[in-house]
Amino acid sequence: MKPVDFNFERPASLTDALELMSRDDMNVVALAGGQSLLPMMNFRMVRPDILVDLNGLDELRGSEIGPDRARIGAMTRYSDLASNAELMARLPLLASALPHVANSAIRNRGTLGGSIAMADPTTEMPAVMLALGATIRLASRDGERSVAADDFYLGYYESALESGELVIAIDVPTAAPGDAFGFYEVARRRGDRAMAGAAIARRNHEPRIAFFSVSDRPVRGFSAERILGENAASVEAAEGSLKEIDFHGDLHGGPDLKRHLARIVLRRAWAELQP
Amino acid sequence: MSRLHRVTIEINGEQVTASIAARVNLIDFIRTEAGFTGSHLGCEHGVCGACTIEVDGAAVRGCLMLAVQADGANVVTVEGLAGMGRAKNLRAAFLAENALQCGYCTPGMLVSALEYIESGESSDRATIRAHMAGNYCRCTGYQAIVDAIAAVIESGEGA
Amino acid sequence: MTGPATIFDKPNAYIGKSVSRSDARRLLEGRGRFVDDIQLPRTLHAAFLRSPYAHAEIVHIDSTEAETAPGVVRVFKGEDLIGVVEPYVGILTHLAGLRSAPQMPIAVDRARWQGEPVAMVVASTRGEAEDAAELIAADLDPIPEACDAETALDEDAPVIHPELGTNLAWERLVEVGDTDAAFSRDDVHVAERTFRFGRHTGVTLEPRSAIAEFNPAEGKLTFWYSGQAPHMMQFILAKHLGLVEENVRVVAHDVGGSFGIKIHTYGDEIATAAVARIMGRPVKFVADRFESFLSDIHARDHVVNARIAMERNGLIAGLEFDDLSGIGPYSMYPRTSAIEMNQVLNLTGAPYVLPNYRARGRVVFQNKNMMCQYRAVGHPIAMAIADCLLEDAAAGIGMDPVEVRRRNLMADDGYPRTSAAGMKLDDLSHQRTLQELIDTMDYSGLRIAQAEALANGIHRGIGFVSMVEVTNPSPMFYGVGGAPIASQDGASLRLDAGGGLRISSSITEQGQGTNTILAQIAAGVFGVPIERVTVATGDTDTAPYGGGTWASRGAGIGGEAMLLAAHALKEQVLEVAASMLQTTVSALDIREGMIVDGGGARISLSDLARTVYYRGNELPSDLNPELVATRHFRVTGFPFVFTNGAMAAHVEVDTETGLVRILNFWAVEDCGRAINPRLVEEQVRGGIVQGIGGALYEECIYSGDGQLQNATMEDYLVPMAAEMPDIVVKHVETPTKTSILGAKGAGEAGTGGAPAAIMNAVNDALRPLDASIWRMPMTPERILKALGRI
Ligand SMILES: Cc1cc2nc3c(=O)[nH]c(=O)nc-3n(C[C@H](O)[C@H](O)[C@H](O)COP(=O)(O)OP(=O)(O)OC[C@H]3O[C@@H](n4cnc5c(N)ncnc54)[C@H](O)[C@@H]3O)c2cc1C
Ligand code: FES
Ligand code: FES
Repeated sequence: MKPVDFNFERPASLTDALELMSRDDMNVVALAGGQSLLPMMNFRMVRPDILVDLNGLDELRGSEIGPDRARIGAMTRYSDLASNAELMARLPLLASALPHVANSAIRNRGTLGGSIAMADPTTEMPAVMLALGATIRLASRDGERSVAADDFYLGYYESALESGELVIAIDVPTAAPGDAFGFYEVARRRGDRAMAGAAIARRNHEPRIAFFSVSDRPVRGFSAERILGENAASVEAAEGSLKEIDFHGDLHGGPDLKRHLARIVLRRAWAELQP
Repeated sequence: MSRLHRVTIEINGEQVTASIAARVNLIDFIRTEAGFTGSHLGCEHGVCGACTIEVDGAAVRGCLMLAVQADGANVVTVEGLAGMGRAKNLRAAFLAENALQCGYCTPGMLVSALEYIESGESSDRATIRAHMAGNYCRCTGYQAIVDAIAAVIESGEGA
Repeated sequence: MTGPATIFDKPNAYIGKSVSRSDARRLLEGRGRFVDDIQLPRTLHAAFLRSPYAHAEIVHIDSTEAETAPGVVRVFKGEDLIGVVEPYVGILTHLAGLRSAPQMPIAVDRARWQGEPVAMVVASTRGEAEDAAELIAADLDPIPEACDAETALDEDAPVIHPELGTNLAWERLVEVGDTDAAFSRDDVHVAERTFRFGRHTGVTLEPRSAIAEFNPAEGKLTFWYSGQAPHMMQFILAKHLGLVEENVRVVAHDVGGSFGIKIHTYGDEIATAAVARIMGRPVKFVADRFESFLSDIHARDHVVNARIAMERNGLIAGLEFDDLSGIGPYSMYPRTSAIEMNQVLNLTGAPYVLPNYRARGRVVFQNKNMMCQYRAVGHPIAMAIADCLLEDAAAGIGMDPVEVRRRNLMADDGYPRTSAAGMKLDDLSHQRTLQELIDTMDYSGLRIAQAEALANGIHRGIGFVSMVEVTNPSPMFYGVGGAPIASQDGASLRLDAGGGLRISSSITEQGQGTNTILAQIAAGVFGVPIERVTVATGDTDTAPYGGGTWASRGAGIGGEAMLLAAHALKEQVLEVAASMLQTTVSALDIREGMIVDGGGARISLSDLARTVYYRGNELPSDLNPELVATRHFRVTGFPFVFTNGAMAAHVEVDTETGLVRILNFWAVEDCGRAINPRLVEEQVRGGIVQGIGGALYEECIYSGDGQLQNATMEDYLVPMAAEMPDIVVKHVETPTKTSILGAKGAGEAGTGGAPAAIMNAVNDALRPLDASIWRMPMTPERILKALGRI
């Protein structure tokens, strides 16, 4: 189980990295924490010609906390996030979700940007960013652009990230007084990718509800948001409204299982909502 | 063929230099270039934890790092723990509790356990189990491993 | 002073003490020696191209491009090994009617499971070998496959070995009493269920690995492998590579888990040896995790239709079942793939008085990876059939599951006796272990708490199993059927000049603590501190001839041989001492490394040994200067030595998510004399966790066309620390009379019993909701389906 042979580059600046990424005559692949990419390379499912290691780019690491937003560098590792007490206090939903990501050794390497770019529908971070209404900042040799999390996820491992682009940061609205958050995930074993999960952020009585591991991408429950926004007690009606989601099965079970579990995680995440 | 990379990694206190292909993972490097065969590969996709080692002080999966990425880094494996006199109490507790059978998982277990103990966490069994959830052991059933970690913490003498 | 009666209680006895495993220190410092740790000069690394199809004609394999890839030395196809390797067939003569087809290490005309080797590359590195394997142009033509065991016997099912006519490999029927009459009585309650036991596999953390080196000058093959039975492997390599046995040396150093996985003949390993011989260079093969999932034997995969008839007073009137298991395209060599079904028929209901018993078993070929013996062969199926039906029927007549066991379990004072299936049973303690279990777990308190939880909408359940475990097999297991599998084992004990003891034994160590147990026996029986004993196992060049480690036989058989050898050496040493000290043997003993008499220490063992070895001139000329003794032992009079145990599981079912949490688990084990109670407990715990894996998590999921869907550790779920409970283990000791030591095995009980206890507990939790589940693993999806939620 060894990867194919490839060339390795470790650019020292974002500009150099983007220059390398812009080569369209070859399969150029960015390496962040490697906690998803290296398994896929070992399986030979990903076969880079050039591997561009982003771990030398200090400019992509770390967070800035503003009055109502935090900007998190793409190369910030989960363990850096978790140990940043101020950031965790301002992003309680992220703080609740992080312990569900794999285990300590993976969190010591894996990065937020890597998880966002991976667009793995079974993982926590994309759904958390969707619930928080985050914005993904992308850069290519030709410049920068921002894409709302709502528009970023397109399908299994598919996102708005275009060839030649890198995720450079994620802008996340921070918690304000009165905001409430809920997170619940069902996994067979601790740290496993979820069987189903829900992340909820409620601001000004308006909830944003994002599900993961129920479809081919993280998805919002729009009707449920509307129903619960109007009446926080009408959970049953909100559960009923989830039929609108395009459920996809996996090895755990078919769409029926996902539909059922989506109701359960919604109910339980909602119950977690603390003012 | 891609070019070779000349890398120098400090492994268990020794500087090891070799020219290698980029695709060589850190564990293969440690085992074949440096000859420290204590760390094992169990799955090569990040799940089993057998390859858990310390890189610049952090417990990481050695199978999910390329050796070229560790150029200039400081790596400690199970041999290094023993050689540098670290985790002595932990090893004694593993022996006393019979926290290993075949011992194939042990090098990774020790590194994960050490990370837990050194972070000052409690001896609560569920918390220990949660932390150790990324290290697979087919032989022991885990209980003796939890016992050993809890015993070290409760002794108050550190790992 | 030297008789067996004193060995368990004399001052320097170690038997019965939880001595820690001194050889574990090595592993704790990263100084183990596993196969892949061995790096020989000029080693070639092997990679296999494996069939992507479950069933395919091999039209043509073109390796031209691969041959010229960087680092590649050669590519081998199936036909390249014709004439080099003699084909093997997995049958045993005592399993009358069992059929299989000749097998080659690399498929020749047809590939019969996804993962079967179709070509092998040897190159300078594993990466290069894998690169080249991708360059092999393999023209494989998929043909209709027979994957589902339940339809493999249908008229229109493709026949995997046309020369055999059908996909039926073996069929067996056991019939005792009048089962039809028992079920047609109108005063019995009948419970009938269809059980499904998923396929799972061993997932040893160290994958299967081998290095073969052939020395043409001597015609000698050395084969380092990660395995359990060096002498068996020696025979197999010699026979199938056409070498004389003494020219094949098989070495098993540290083995990173085995559990039965590493005791079979695997094509990739045989090919490794064959190619090393052809190339005259060392060849290393280390399975990667994909290969482990696709080629390590799988286990279980049974569908069982079963029913029980119970009288109103709880007595079992009859038990009947039909077991069908899929074994892959061949019966595994040399142990065969029929043994598991055979054990299911032998063991079901064995703890109980069972007047009427009828069981049919069929094993069928299918286009999936091969199925064979894995820890607790047949036990989880046998125990689940009997104990889950028992609790089901007990619930049907409103009787407590403990009470129904008390009424049906054999009485502890009624042995020897035979089970319904004709197994000879002796020295068992079902009633006592059950009582000990009930006391340990506070059964009545748990029932009260269960009712309270239910009132709060929390669904908890308690389930039991009373079980037997087959250990210490006699030659009736394999040898009788013609397999090169020794059931006797030997131990050799040598007093060295320094006064230390050196053990050489034919049983092998995979972490159970075999070496420690041998040292305990030798040190205690002979009379030295245990620190002065070293143990060597696993090398056919030096170990006594024997079977190795399987079927929980190490302590019972290898331990007894050790005990006999220690006695013998002690006698020899005392004879020398008596001569040197001008006294009689009966006046002397050995304690703490000293020859002692009534007056205290007289001479140290090292003085004695040095005199014998260096200064023989000081000894009478008729004194035999031999300080080494070897003894062998086999079980006679019984085909197996049975142990027994009782276990209970306490679970909570989240009826919304279908997740099962194990709150508690208790086991009371009677493995005869526990030489090292801690090691027994750890065997039981590890085994239970493997059983929990089978009950709740582990399954090789195949698509309809025979593709394994979850060949990664991400998707194949093994038990991990966070979900596992703390397990309480207690002992009851009823020594076996078949040996002086009285030890039986303990390695498989947990795996054999836990699944039934958990299934019973889950069903106990689901009962108030009128739901039940009869399929393992009990996944959330299956539980939610059983509950009608999805
Ligand atoms: C055993 C195991 C269990 C896991 N369990 C979980 C879990 O429960 N939850 C979970 O969320 N994750 C889990 N993961 C995945 C882990 O969180 C990964 O770290 C994460 O998904 C990817 O982050 P990374 O930094 O490692 O990215 P990499 O693996 O380096 O990259 C992932 C992909 O994103 C691309 N990429 C990375 N960074 C950028 C960038 N800045 N711009 C553009 N493209 C980029 C890469 O090219 C690659 O295609 C698990 C992993 C393992 C091995
Ligand atoms: S080998 Fe690295 S996690 Fe299994
Ligand atoms: S001791 Fe064997 S895998 Fe843990």
